[in-house]
Amino acid sequence: MAAPPHRPLLILLAGLLVVASLATLAEAIYEDQVGLADWHQKYIGKVKQAVYHSQKSGRRRVVVLTEENVISSLDLRSGDIFWRHVIDKNDPLDQLSLSLGKYVLTLSSGGTILRAWNLPDGQMIWETNLQTSTASNPQLHVMSNNKVAKDNLVLVSAGRWIYAVSSIDGSISWEKEFSLDGIEIKQVLQSPENGIVYAVGIAGSSKLALYHLSAKTGEVLKDIQESFPGELSGEIVLGSDNVLVALNKARSSLFLIEFTSGRISYNKVHVSDLVQDLSGTFKLQSLSNGVIALQTPSTVSLLKLKNTDGLEVVQRFDQPAALSDALTIAEKDEAFAIVQHMGSQIEFVVKFTSDASSAMIREKVNIDQHRGNVEKVFLNSYIRTDKSHGFRALVVMEDHSLLLIQQGEVVWSREDGLASIVDVTTSELPVEKDGVSVADVEHNLFEWLKGHMLKLKGTLMLANADEVAAIQALRLKSSEKNKMTRDHNGFRKLLIVLTKAGKVIALHTGDGRIIWSNLLPSLRASRFGVMPSALRIYQWQVPHHSVMRENPSVLVVGKSGAESSAPGVFSILDSYSGEELNAMRLDHSVVQIIPLTLKDLSEQRLHLIVDSNSNAHLYPKSPDALDVFLHEMPNLYFYSVDILTNVIRGYSLQKSCNIEGDEYCFSTKELWSIIFPSDSERIAISETRKMNEVVHTQAKTIGDHDVMYKYLSKNLVFVATVSPKAAGDIGSALPEEALLVAYLIDAVTGRVLHRVTHHGAQGPVHAVLSENWVVYHYFNLRAHRFEMAVIEIYDQSRADNKDVMKLILGKHNLSAPITSYARPEVVVKSQSYFFTHSVKAMAVTQTAKGITSKQLLIGTISDQVLALDKRYLDPRRSANPTQQEKEEGIIPLTDSLPIIPQSFVTHSHQVEALRGIVSIPAKLESTTLVFTYGVDLFYTQLAPSRTYDSLTDEFSYALLLITIAVLVAAIIVTWIWSEKKELRDKWR
Amino acid sequence: MAPPRRALLALAALLLLSLSLAAAAFQSDELLLNDDEEFEGLGARPASPSPPAAPAVSSSSRRRSADAATAGAGESNAVQFALEHDLGDGKGFVPAGTFSARLKTSAHGTQTLTKLRFTRNELTDDEKDAFKKLLQEDGFYTIRLPSNVLDPTRKDNVVSSIKVRCIPRDSLDEHIVIHMDGVNILAVNYGSVGGCQYPRPMKFPSKWTFSSYTILKTAEQAPRTPSFVDQLLEADNGLGEVIKPPEKSFWAKYWMYIIPLGLIVMNAVTAAANIPEEQAAGQGQPGAQRAPAAAARRR
Repeated sequence: MAAPPHRPLLILLAGLLVVASLATLAEAIYEDQVGLADWHQKYIGKVKQAVYHSQKSGRRRVVVLTEENVISSLDLRSGDIFWRHVIDKNDPLDQLSLSLGKYVLTLSSGGTILRAWNLPDGQMIWETNLQTSTASNPQLHVMSNNKVAKDNLVLVSAGRWIYAVSSIDGSISWEKEFSLDGIEIKQVLQSPENGIVYAVGIAGSSKLALYHLSAKTGEVLKDIQESFPGELSGEIVLGSDNVLVALNKARSSLFLIEFTSGRISYNKVHVSDLVQDLSGTFKLQSLSNGVIALQTPSTVSLLKLKNTDGLEVVQRFDQPAALSDALTIAEKDEAFAIVQHMGSQIEFVVKFTSDASSAMIREKVNIDQHRGNVEKVFLNSYIRTDKSHGFRALVVMEDHSLLLIQQGEVVWSREDGLASIVDVTTSELPVEKDGVSVADVEHNLFEWLKGHMLKLKGTLMLANADEVAAIQALRLKSSEKNKMTRDHNGFRKLLIVLTKAGKVIALHTGDGRIIWSNLLPSLRASRFGVMPSALRIYQWQVPHHSVMRENPSVLVVGKSGAESSAPGVFSILDSYSGEELNAMRLDHSVVQIIPLTLKDLSEQRLHLIVDSNSNAHLYPKSPDALDVFLHEMPNLYFYSVDILTNVIRGYSLQKSCNIEGDEYCFSTKELWSIIFPSDSERIAISETRKMNEVVHTQAKTIGDHDVMYKYLSKNLVFVATVSPKAAGDIGSALPEEALLVAYLIDAVTGRVLHRVTHHGAQGPVHAVLSENWVVYHYFNLRAHRFEMAVIEIYDQSRADNKDVMKLILGKHNLSAPITSYARPEVVVKSQSYFFTHSVKAMAVTQTAKGITSKQLLIGTISDQVLALDKRYLDPRRSANPTQQEKEEGIIPLTDSLPIIPQSFVTHSHQVEALRGIVSIPAKLESTTLVFTYGVDLFYTQLAPSRTYDSLTDEFSYALLLITIAVLVAAIIVTWIWSEKKELRDKWR
Repeated sequence: MAPPRRALLALAALLLLSLSLAAAAFQSDELLLNDDEEFEGLGARPASPSPPAAPAVSSSSRRRSADAATAGAGESNAVQFALEHDLGDGKGFVPAGTFSARLKTSAHGTQTLTKLRFTRNELTDDEKDAFKKLLQEDGFYTIRLPSNVLDPTRKDNVVSSIKVRCIPRDSLDEHIVIHMDGVNILAVNYGSVGGCQYPRPMKFPSKWTFSSYTILKTAEQAPRTPSFVDQLLEADNGLGEVIKPPEKSFWAKYWMYIIPLGLIVMNAVTAAANIPEEQAAGQGQPGAQRAPAAAARRR
């Protein structure tokens, strides 16, 4: 009877529900919200080559090639990026040059790919593939002032080949392969006479060959060969127009080789006669006009050639210094720059090769302390207003930063060390103290009024484009997010990153600005050529209650040297100031670092360092740390994954190790091992749960009011192996040969909990393990598609706790302790789905309490981050879910995972060369902070289930107030009415 | 009368079943069935434990005759490999038992093991002492197996350990899961039969014999990723039938409206019931106040 009027209401309700559920699935931000909570920074990496664009008019720009395989054009005035290309790591860039004043030429992949890019906008003009033999050191030589057939030729030498390529369209005009056995072309020179090219090659180890080639056809006009006593190292430079300087293999003497008159004559000079106490490796650099530089890691010597009779030392720099290439200034005169480090200053000296002993410019430049030594200098000249020559230089520092120096000042600097982040951790900001206001209140009443007028206009949609931009800027500026204090929601934090150069940099999450940076002295290259490497960064001390007054600190672990037995390096830094509190050189190597959950009395976190002898060392070395540790030691286990031998081993710790008197050293005992047969399986990836992950509930209620208990073990390890043939690129193996096996292993006992084989699947494998599930991504050769598989693991031994009677009578085992030694009864559910993209990195969102539903963060091949709801990767999805399952929120089964364009968290940005995604929980349960790094950095806030626990910034308080006011008014009015009516009634 | 009797019968049957199961567990050389792999568990438990030196290779006598015949036919297929253990007494790994199995070659040329049997060596007195010592210090009992059953010369061994106090019950109960990949042993999981909770109380077994359960496990096949292309085509052809949702009862559909409605009605009814009372009661005393109004109206 009541049904008919209710039906529209029901439909409306159902519609609302559908809309609401859709809204939770597809979550995106509006265009004007971009940049409010997120920031994106572009970097290029450590510059290894730079060429200046020397056109008289137009914008001054420099094109650089970096170690991150980036080619980029920078504005010389500001250091901004005009354009940039990140080339794939498989195609390493070797050489860079400019041609015709409008093309940028790059040579890559060992001299096999030559590309030309348009200088103004970076468009690729042409690409030429060259066939070369195994090339060690390809060279690129652009012919100058040599119009052969109206075209500038580019000479590429690699191995035994020389190619001449037209710089207009990239066609090969001639190619020449030298038949001399084992020859490698070292230098291609342009002879003073037109139309002739010299090619200098070394055959074997002692034979030098010089070819005169026709520049037009590549035909050999003259061919001279000469054998040398003793072996040549292969390092060979051009001393002057007709003198080559070569180094012998023992690196003890130099050959001065003259080659003008159709024959080769040489003279031998001992290096020790010229430069005393030369230690370590050194390299030669030619500065033309007979000036040669001899560089060691700590000194630079300038040598002047006296024809072929010998060399004399012009000047010697004992500070670590860097030298630029020679730059032609006028006819026959060339300048070069030397930059050397002097305390907190660097000295910039420009000299002419004609008079190398005196300096033309000598400037002292103040630079930041934490930049280290000068590594590279690229000199450029310009015409001053008084028509004289001025010089500026790009300087690459030890921390990979790039500076432009001009007139004794640093014009701009780029912190390009951030392009090579090794590891990331976070730190809380200091608590705001009473009475100290950090945020500036609006000073000016007028400004304040203007701002509010603008905002009002914006809300009433009356603002034009300029005003919208102004509102945006105001919002950014006035927002609280850039304060240097802790906030209530936990959005403001310090991201502390460790870069490859050994520099630790703290970034503010609000806008990504650098709060402090420190180039760690212990991780800097020493004079002995030992190259330390930074490994990881951990939280060392996070003060809570007893030591609240102290600042938190971070631990940086590195090792001095590339080999695994190199001793480790420890450095502890204050998280607020970046000061190094403590630095030590360990007397053992670092193979594995295990941060423990234990803390000592001063709340320093305990860390175990496993060395190459399988001994474990405890840090910090304090007696109370030892007490805490010894108490927990019988229950501590760790495991190691050896990818080379395909073995996973588990260990326990034993009382003492063999080193006498070191009570912080523990020997280990192998408890278990899993050996994968190396002829059929190879370890591709191993993954564990994040240490700081919080799980809210251990039970999962499913649609029919049944309960499933999650198997939540912190010791769960996911390992994937692939068959050796399938370890290569996609396409290298047939589907029959390819095999992927996924394992779930308990790391305490080595128990294989689950093992599943995917036939016809191959890597690259990416995986993420969280709570009781693992999601992994691989390629299915049979279906020719990428796939993502999910495994969920449930504890069956608790399944009988569902009985209410038992719960009432206390006969459940919910409170029973869980031990790894009990045989687990687990049930595994799995499912796989097709996925369109290949994946570069994978992570999962982490929230403070683990209540919020999870999203997978997938770094796609297009360098973007996709947030995919975990619900899509539910193994219980079925084609026709029952009503109960629908209520539970199970999505009907589809064969592929949807990619919703709005769910790209990086929206329009690209994080070039994406390498890692980090999710950091905020204090607010609904929100997680996501930091993505590659060559670029990107940071944003993410709310996987929307911000259900707070009002958004867009919440209309005005509307709320108006509503309240209207309600109050209505109440008053109706009250008056009712009073009046009552009065009237009474009088009636 | 009937239902309780049936229940009783069922209970009795259950009891019998559990008893027989318990008995089986107690004797421990019963066939234990695992869903994915054929295996046999066998405990070395000679009837008379008096000759300790005699290695318990008596398994051949235990084979059924038919089994022995097939074994005889392909004797070259029989494989044996040793289980070694380390009692933590500094002697390292010593042989502690033998696995024997038959090698089955499938049509594809892949080899798998079947009919695994395990024979434990008797513990010597020295070993018992070492075991007791290990129990006292709550150390690890470690076993190992060769990583390749056909090629024992390879020095790789898969290792597994357990806290020794987990093992003793009445006898020494062990549970061995061997993960195989063809003829390679990937991993061995050694564990106790039941749970083993921390802290572990020290307990000596009453019988110094091992009762062993062994399981062979191979990898599961992952199911194929579902592909709906075929189904979509079918649906396009108009063959897809429309499944009507099951009709719900009136009550199931509209209970959320009926209950509040009922409440309101009840409220109204009680209110209606109260009003006359009030009026009845009100007519008694405050009637005087109302009367002037009525009078006024009448005026």
